Amino acid sequence: MADKADNKLIGKNYTPPDHIAKVTGKAKWAEDFRADGMLFCKLLLSPMPHARVRKIDLRAALAMPGVKAILTADDLPKLDGPGAERALTNEPLYQGEPVLAVAAVDELTAAEAIERIDIDWEPLPFVVDPLESLRPNGPSARLEGNVWAPPAPRPAGATGAPPQPEIKTLKWTAEDFVEEAAGRLPMGKVLEEWSYGDLDAGFKEAALVLDETFVVNGSHHQTMESRSAMAYWQNGKLHIYCSTQSVVRTADNLSQWLGIPASDIVLVSEYTGGGFGSKGGGPISMTIPAVLSKKVNAPVMMRISREEEHYIGRVRTNMTGRVKIGFRKDGRITAMDLFIVQDNGSYGRWNDYAGAGNAASLMYQPLAMRWRGVSVFTNTFPKMQQRSPGPMQGNGIVEPVLTKAAKQLGLDQIEIHKINAPAGKAPFGPAVGPGGPNGKRPYVTSAFVKEALDRGAERFKWAERKAQAGQRRGSKVRGVGVAVGPHGSGSIGYDGIVTIRPDGKLYVQSGVGNLGTHSMVDLARVAADILAMPWERVEVIWGDTGKFLPWSCLSVGSQTTHAMTRANHAAAMDAKRKLLEIAAKDLGGSPDEYELGNARVYQRGNPGRGLSYAQAGARAIALGGKYDGHELPEDIHDFTKRSAKELAGLGLMGVAKDNYPRDGATWSFVAGFAEVEVDVETGKTTVIDYLAVGDVGTVINPRSLGGQLHGGSCLGIGHALFQKMVYDQHYGMPLAKRFHYNKPLTILDIPPTLDWDAVNLPDPETPVGARGTGEPPVGAGYCAVMNAIADAVGVDVFRRGPVTPDVILMSLEHGRRMHEPLKAHV
Amino acid sequence: MAVIHDVMPSFGLYQPASVADALNLLDRHGRDAWILAGGLDSFDWLKDRIKRPKAVVDLSGISELQGIRESGDGLEIGAMTTLTEVVRHPAVRERYSLLLEAAEHAASPQIRNQGTIGGNVSQDTRCWYYRTGWFCYRAGGNICYADTPTAMNREHAILGADRCVAVNPSDTAPALIALDASMVVRSKSGERVVPAEEYFIGPGTDITRMTILQPGDLLTAIRIPGTWGGARFYFEKVRDRNVWDFALVSVASAMSDNGETIERVRIAVNGVAARPLRLRAVEDAVRGKARSEETAKLAGDLAIQGALPLQHNAYKVPLMRNLVKRAIRGAEGA
Repeated sequence: MADKADNKLIGKNYTPPDHIAKVTGKAKWAEDFRADGMLFCKLLLSPMPHARVRKIDLRAALAMPGVKAILTADDLPKLDGPGAERALTNEPLYQGEPVLAVAAVDELTAAEAIERIDIDWEPLPFVVDPLESLRPNGPSARLEGNVWAPPAPRPAGATGAPPQPEIKTLKWTAEDFVEEAAGRLPMGKVLEEWSYGDLDAGFKEAALVLDETFVVNGSHHQTMESRSAMAYWQNGKLHIYCSTQSVVRTADNLSQWLGIPASDIVLVSEYTGGGFGSKGGGPISMTIPAVLSKKVNAPVMMRISREEEHYIGRVRTNMTGRVKIGFRKDGRITAMDLFIVQDNGSYGRWNDYAGAGNAASLMYQPLAMRWRGVSVFTNTFPKMQQRSPGPMQGNGIVEPVLTKAAKQLGLDQIEIHKINAPAGKAPFGPAVGPGGPNGKRPYVTSAFVKEALDRGAERFKWAERKAQAGQRRGSKVRGVGVAVGPHGSGSIGYDGIVTIRPDGKLYVQSGVGNLGTHSMVDLARVAADILAMPWERVEVIWGDTGKFLPWSCLSVGSQTTHAMTRANHAAAMDAKRKLLEIAAKDLGGSPDEYELGNARVYQRGNPGRGLSYAQAGARAIALGGKYDGHELPEDIHDFTKRSAKELAGLGLMGVAKDNYPRDGATWSFVAGFAEVEVDVETGKTTVIDYLAVGDVGTVINPRSLGGQLHGGSCLGIGHALFQKMVYDQHYGMPLAKRFHYNKPLTILDIPPTLDWDAVNLPDPETPVGARGTGEPPVGAGYCAVMNAIADAVGVDVFRRGPVTPDVILMSLEHGRRMHEPLKAHV
Repeated sequence: MAVIHDVMPSFGLYQPASVADALNLLDRHGRDAWILAGGLDSFDWLKDRIKRPKAVVDLSGISELQGIRESGDGLEIGAMTTLTEVVRHPAVRERYSLLLEAAEHAASPQIRNQGTIGGNVSQDTRCWYYRTGWFCYRAGGNICYADTPTAMNREHAILGADRCVAVNPSDTAPALIALDASMVVRSKSGERVVPAEEYFIGPGTDITRMTILQPGDLLTAIRIPGTWGGARFYFEKVRDRNVWDFALVSVASAMSDNGETIERVRIAVNGVAARPLRLRAVEDAVRGKARSEETAKLAGDLAIQGALPLQHNAYKVPLMRNLVKRAIRGAEGA
């Protein structure tokens, strides 16, 4: 385990090595790459929300000078699994879905060719609101059905592949929909549910029971860089320049999408202009230039325009949730019954609704809980995990009820959060398996939520601000809100490769993506600290699978910092052992008589008797075998083995799999504190102040942590205030396809004093103590602002986000909620 | 529905150096011509391949259309003057801060650097059905997609709708009406000077246009008389975001009072109808009355008479009422 006293780099600010390229414009993004003879391609997009291609007439387009080839779905490899999305389709499931791609000498020619393509469409039934699809005679978004059913239980003793989830048809009865008239979510049959504890007893014991319905709107991921990609083939290998969150794991996905070995792919993504979950393992659209360039035998650049990015760039799942919660007088939750209808979009199987249930059970620790959910297909943009997928929406459904309960019970918002907060190895979700093998529920590695709430309350001057809340000044009234966002924040079991070369430098191979979080460099700081290496002599290799990278986690789900600090800890410890062994071999004695310091390995207490790292690196090459990577551990991934073999002989190699133990699931938490001012004559909300406090384990890189806390909070604040996605229900058409329609947050919508802090308490179940942090600030930001609005103007003013001026003004004007209670995409 | 957007089709680009040359080009190309000012409205249309003009007449090289000049007891603003130049001009700041505020609330700094005042008042509606290329009344068809039982029309009109329910998006338009500005329109056949109020038209007049400009017409300048220089002004634009957002509702007013009683007043709103509306009934009712909460309430209630909300925009009724009240109260009472 790391000796904290030796940490020279962890916990310190630094300038990551990619910054200068970014600010000087030298950084090359996917669409900056060029290759000799490169063609451009453009996409033909479906004009209908659901249709089938009967016939395509390409003759006029192919006859145009400059048009080189046209790719259709028939040219793409088939993919396994029910409902799998491919980059092109003959049965578009949403308006804007790419149907074919034209390669031409320039984009103008390609666009004009597309307008000359004649497609005979067969329109098919469509639906954009999940509840409409559940009606007795409601349309189904897909021909196979309208909902996901979980995998069938595996019969005892069965062998072969485990059962897969299936697409089925589920319709509710007219009677189920009676509730709708009262603005409450109907609760018909679901195919998935779990529970623990005695729900009835919990509600019986409660002093207050609330039953509320809340709509959480999905919205686009809105990355600054669209998912452009350029590809060509050389010597049987695919070279692809793309925009992705992960690097190694994108090459891995791409190999499956194309049906070629990952070793035949050279994937370059050194800089990524944001992903937020939408480019997790790489966008499937990159298969278009990959296959098209093979077909046309020339490099193909596919630049994705902003409008196209709105179609294929992914969206958060929206949910309509209904929750019944029982509270004791002191605010403790005795029972929670959570029911979620999730809009799954057109493709994929998104588990946000399950994540929302797990997160609610963790975040509020109800003594008894039931979760039920159904995930419904709609003919809307494909969804994907968006920064805190599930927990954020879970927050959004439960937090307003918590705030309402606090008001009714005369409790402070922070107190009601604290009395329900998880602590230590807090349990969550249902017992594993049917009834649980031993009836034991899973639990987290650690939680310091109360500490985060206390620290934040003091720093935010909560008591002072609270005293001012609710007082009207002119047309303005202020309110304060607090919320805690949870999210899973770390995986285990990946590999690290480091080499100490005869040039005296430490090279750290980083296989994760550079999506703006700096974790792809932070992980090297751990190795440098263990090896007592000055940062100036550390080279981080990233962004190109041609540079031999280790098997790494997907750069998603806030896992990277946790997973890859562990992997690099393991690799660095391996290198350290080898340094000590080489020193002992050359200078006598046993390895434990040696230590590391200032890029040297030397006899304990006698720095003069030792080897420089340059010398040790050269000795490792001379010794060969395990010392320079010619012999590798058995348990590392094949991908790592391939890379390590290529790097063998360059110096002393530390290479290892993260085999460190972990007891529990790793989750992080962020407490958000907001003060808002609402103008009751216009309904407009202004965020006056905001603070995010992280319980994210040991702080690795303070400045970057601040950036993550701010960025995540801002996404949540945008969700609370105005960011949205809108569909015309009748025509099944998306309307908010421009920034000025869907309204992502701007710099002028946040307070200049946006603040952050962290409890900086190490997680006991990982050697470096660090957990991830990208996601939990989102739910905190979303709900702290909404709770503050409720504090200012009333807990019954809104039951959906975003809380736009029209929602507030109409409720205040009429003394009751006037907004659409259940519909998605309004 | 178009199957491809975001690639600008080819067209003939004309870059005249004088108004006379521009008018000749507009006359020659007639309905096939497209006037390009700052490009912020135009490029959307062109990139989306929805409007397909043959000849684009770019005004950026015509120096006589640029800049702000003293004119009589007022100002003349060239149509190609950028919004940033309007905001920074000392005379605008000193005497017509209403226009400054309105211009400063338009879009974002980058857009104000490029966008012109002529373009701001002449821009097309932002109705998302129409802008997506749906063949609606305004596009020459025979339906309004924004006015169906299931339409999404939170941003649409509560007043003056006639088949089409789109609204005018301009921030400077209500300010110019309140300042009693006039628009200088030239064509091959001569020059017309029309009150700002009459420059904008509703669907009842012509459902395919937002202004009186016909093919061949060019807005060359905006004249602001001295009448309202240094008056008591009020401007407010309510929008979802604090920058880069069109108004849900905006209000602009110019008033002179003797400390107690309102002597003269002009008040206009935007975001509620296909054209910015001057509220004459309100002006008549409050003239001669004390600038009191009671008068403000009267003004607000009068302003919304006849409002007919759609499915999702009923909030615009109290919002417009409250903004008109605030205009009477003045900045100190907001």
